[in-house]
Amino acid sequence: MAVATSGTTTMNNVEAVRQTLYEALKADPRTLVMGEDVGARGNVFLITKGFIEEFGPERVIDTPLAEASIAGIAIGMAMEGLRPIAEIQFADFIYPAFNQIVGEAAKTRYRSNGDYTCPLVIRTPYGGGVHGALSHSVSIEALFYHVPGLKIVAPAFPADIKGLLNASIDDPDPVLFLEHKKTYRLVKGEVPNGHYTIPIGKADVKHPGDQLTVVSYGLYVHQALEAARQLEGDGLSVEVIDLRSIRPMDRTTILESVRKTRKLLIIHEDNKFGGIGAEISAMVAEDAFFDLDAPIRRLCGPDVPAMGYARTLEDEFMVPTSRMVDTMREMVTF
Amino acid sequence: MATTITMPQLGETVTEGTIAQWLKKVGDSVEKYEAFVEISTDKVNAEVPSPVTGIIREIIIKEGETVPVGAALAIIDEVGAAAGAPATAAPAPTATAGPAAPNGATPTHSSSRNGEALNAPDVLRRVSPAVRRLAREHRVELTSVRGTGTGGRITANDVLAAAREGPAANVAATIMNTPLTSAAKPSTPLPAGTSTYGAPVPGTTIKLSQARKIIAQRMLESKHTAPHAWTMVEIDVSDVWKWRSVEKDRFQREKGHPLTLLPFFVYAVVQSLKAFPLMNSRFTDEGIAVLKELNIGLAVALDSNLMVPVIRDADNYSIGGLAVAAGKIIERARAGKLTADDLGGGTFTVNNTGANGSLLSAPILNGGQAGIVTMEAVVKRPVVVDNDAIAIRSMMNVCLSLDHRVVDGAIASAFLVDLKKRLQAMGPGGTL
Repeated sequence: MAVATSGTTTMNNVEAVRQTLYEALKADPRTLVMGEDVGARGNVFLITKGFIEEFGPERVIDTPLAEASIAGIAIGMAMEGLRPIAEIQFADFIYPAFNQIVGEAAKTRYRSNGDYTCPLVIRTPYGGGVHGALSHSVSIEALFYHVPGLKIVAPAFPADIKGLLNASIDDPDPVLFLEHKKTYRLVKGEVPNGHYTIPIGKADVKHPGDQLTVVSYGLYVHQALEAARQLEGDGLSVEVIDLRSIRPMDRTTILESVRKTRKLLIIHEDNKFGGIGAEISAMVAEDAFFDLDAPIRRLCGPDVPAMGYARTLEDEFMVPTSRMVDTMREMVTF
Repeated sequence: MATTITMPQLGETVTEGTIAQWLKKVGDSVEKYEAFVEISTDKVNAEVPSPVTGIIREIIIKEGETVPVGAALAIIDEVGAAAGAPATAAPAPTATAGPAAPNGATPTHSSSRNGEALNAPDVLRRVSPAVRRLAREHRVELTSVRGTGTGGRITANDVLAAAREGPAANVAATIMNTPLTSAAKPSTPLPAGTSTYGAPVPGTTIKLSQARKIIAQRMLESKHTAPHAWTMVEIDVSDVWKWRSVEKDRFQREKGHPLTLLPFFVYAVVQSLKAFPLMNSRFTDEGIAVLKELNIGLAVALDSNLMVPVIRDADNYSIGGLAVAAGKIIERARAGKLTADDLGGGTFTVNNTGANGSLLSAPILNGGQAGIVTMEAVVKRPVVVDNDAIAIRSMMNVCLSLDHRVVDGAIASAFLVDLKKRLQAMGPGGTL
């Protein structure tokens, strides 16, 4: 894989992950990837195809189907100086690793009073809309964002993926790196060549506007942008903020935007109850109450135990762009 | 229906209050939540909102009198509270002398607050926080604003558009100007020959406010009972100042409070007090009471008096935590919102005299405490540093007044030198 150091290259999200991992393995002998099928199979989305041949089985480790062990072994490696990039094959399988991630990784620095840190990245594809049914569709961010000590990023564009994955690998503390699987091959974009980072915790205004603030992340950022562009044709001006990082959350960008537009819509695929939108709306209600000119609204997944396989059930779970357009229009003209 | 208004409890430990000023006289109408009397306790002044809408029938306690919590202060004849109808629903027309506009009509001009509130169309009951705030800021009368939102809702932009059109129709901020946070009092012209602390007139005598009386009494008491001694050190704050400069913008953005030198200083003072517990004590007839609590009083200068709100258990705070705690308490002091509980319990005082440019001061001990330190102005001066070189450093004098019954000069000096070491050891990269 040839790597240019200047200019940009067009690639999709899956290629952005692949290129960043490849460059990290090339650049830093402390890095390694590990997970189910990342070696011989080259990952189920072919992200690490060819890696084991180039870097060998000690740095591209095929693990058993045991997520608690993947996380736990990676934590130990990280605490002792390596830079493991562990993969949970699908976010739906992360539950056995919950104890390791929440109970150990997130608390390492605090528990050891800073003597140990846990420079660990756990990558995992999440999200639905791909007929993944019950166990290949979940969003898991809300299960983890309650936990101090854990960083969570969920970029949706190839350039953001590269910059944030590099920042995650450099970060001295554990980072949960979420990749929406529907965007993997759907989303293409220009990616700067060479090494660069994007700071974790910085949101990005992907579409400026002044009549409504929309905060989203993952797949829905792309639909929200499409909706905002449609409304622009009608003279309605919607600002779309791509969170990129879920924790730490970029309070400043959100509050500045809401103070300007005075209206806030949060869109995410994860369930509404106790989701990321709940935290954002509480934050805005606390800090920008006197700037609000409309009730805060949320478009989110319904409170059902899982995304069904049947198309009708999956459609019911996902928020279509048309509904985003309608809600945005209602809020702008409210 | 007549309602008897009683002396409220303004703070957990307060048992009595003094009528500082009646804001209404007998026969005046008063709205629910409208401030109608100002009460002072110890050093706090508070405006008390009326619990009902009505007319003042009788004032029982005169200005300047002190009565216990629960004592009857006044009687208000409640109006508009027919049986079963909550008084909050809508003030009755009899509550106002203003003309009532025809029902359902949107009055464009009106001279009476109540008249407008009464006849405000439904849309006014559902104004958003932003509309409410903008209307108040721009003094826009919402009844005269045409709503362009869903169902005729008044939007924030409608208010801004009305404000741009001109103030003519918008002289009175109307129902939005809720009296919960009592609006600035109109400056009534003073009778000839009177004078206030804020506007002293030569040849007149300023009547002592409750707060001024207490300050005078406390100062005299302290100076008479505690033999004051005084000492000073100079501290090189260049590094801690640099640290603060690096962190201050982010801190302000993230925490919403300014990061001044004060929290660094208070943090160091707390550590030094722990090392020298005698400095955190008080003289009693039974002996020297060495205190467990580390409650740091911060002297805050206000327009007409001085307050010393207290950060309780200051040893529980980080530097950042102290900045937030100090920011909050100073904000409350400036807004006149301190409760008696904010003011009691101090064990040691920090006075930021440098804020006013002072280079040296000899403060008076506060409330029986053994010590009070000042932070004087930070000034750049040439100083001799290591290897006999001369460098320009940011220097600050720190003065200490002490109760000589409790501590002697040697301990006081050791305390100050300890404080100096701690502050000079702080610098960029430390933990806030």
